[in-house]
Amino acid sequence: MFRDRTIAREIIKRLKAMELELRIMHVCGTHQDTIVRYGLDYLLKDCGIEVRQGPGCPVCVTTSLEFEKALRLAREGIIVTAFGDVYRVPSSTGSLASLRGEGFDTRIVYSIEDAVSLAKDTTKEVVFMGVGFETTAPTTASVLINDPPENFSVLSCHRYVPPALKALLEMGMEIDGLIEPGHVSTIIGIEPYEELSSEYNMPQVIAGFEPLDMLIAIYMLALQIRRGEAKVENEYERVVKREGNVKAKKLMAEVFEPVDVRWRGFPSIPSSGMSIKKEFEDWDASKKFEDILGDVADPGEPEGCICGEVLKGIADPTECPLFAQACTPDHPVGPCMVSVEGMCHIEYKYS
Amino acid sequence: MCLAVPGKIIEHSGNIAKVDFGDGTVRNVNTMLVDVKVGDYVLVHAGFAIEKVSREGAEETLKLLKQMLEE
Ligand code: SF4
Repeated sequence: MFRDRTIAREIIKRLKAMELELRIMHVCGTHQDTIVRYGLDYLLKDCGIEVRQGPGCPVCVTTSLEFEKALRLAREGIIVTAFGDVYRVPSSTGSLASLRGEGFDTRIVYSIEDAVSLAKDTTKEVVFMGVGFETTAPTTASVLINDPPENFSVLSCHRYVPPALKALLEMGMEIDGLIEPGHVSTIIGIEPYEELSSEYNMPQVIAGFEPLDMLIAIYMLALQIRRGEAKVENEYERVVKREGNVKAKKLMAEVFEPVDVRWRGFPSIPSSGMSIKKEFEDWDASKKFEDILGDVADPGEPEGCICGEVLKGIADPTECPLFAQACTPDHPVGPCMVSVEGMCHIEYKYS
Repeated sequence: MCLAVPGKIIEHSGNIAKVDFGDGTVRNVNTMLVDVKVGDYVLVHAGFAIEKVSREGAEETLKLLKQMLEE
């Protein structure tokens, strides 16, 4: 029912009649996929609405330094596991995938639980490179709280979304409204966004992932803007509750604490990283392997790659000279071409 | 990566549920993050159910949409 074409046409007609000139940002690769797959970007441009993706791809915002650390662990003979997207991201000295070709033990897992099972079956050290926002972090937390094996640990690259939104607005990003990510919001609820409405006067709507969800959300934003309001509204009511997922939030708070971290394309963002708390440091790879990781150098961005600018929402993938030339999903140069949530990947797939 | 897929719980014991994704795939899913029972629809992300999908919620959104289009 969230794919109904007549309703979609009606909304487009109304948006057009409003004679808008708006710039809307979302921060979710799955939203970007819906927008490009169904051609909503063109339809909306016709209505005077430009929709841009911000730093909403967890794999893409993970820095080269974090990838280099995972590679170093693998080179030291530790089994390094990661989700498929993470596994393929190239850094300056290779990727987890290419290390496998060199004979090191790196593996793709579907869930953190697969990494735990692997640790139970071996005496070797097993590290899970934990990448993901609030949607994913509770799965890591639930494993750490359940006394995983001694030879298991997590390299936490998890991040909180709201501090990044705040950083974007602090940077003076010119946007008229924000579409908030449905599945991050499933966990954190509505409250964390309210500060952005009150302090930055930012209209926001939490949206689901069907094309109609996105059109309804954009229409809701347009109505807010026209009325001069700046509220947080919830279009994705079939999943997102006001308070979010209380159990998941509690677990996350028990296991992680906020630290300042860099995001690819951004300077350090205050309190945006999830660091594993001291009580769980036996399973914190950054502590457990402190000696090995101490001197890993930051290789910076892959040469010629403008992922950082793409993630800030100030460049389009097609502005990158490597796009679809030297950089393709089969031979990615940067993370935005690897991840199914990366803007470059999505642009390539549907163009 | 924040992709989450809906499915229906067909068996549930302890923290493990069998979830039917409707396209012939049935997978074991961890339900530690949610309160659910057999017959519920859940959103699954990275092997974990992260929330129940509620019919009432869907109806709320459609009601809201109707209101907006009547304005
Ligand atoms: S096209 Fe490739 S090299 Fe260019 S910004 Fe995207 S990922 Fe980086």
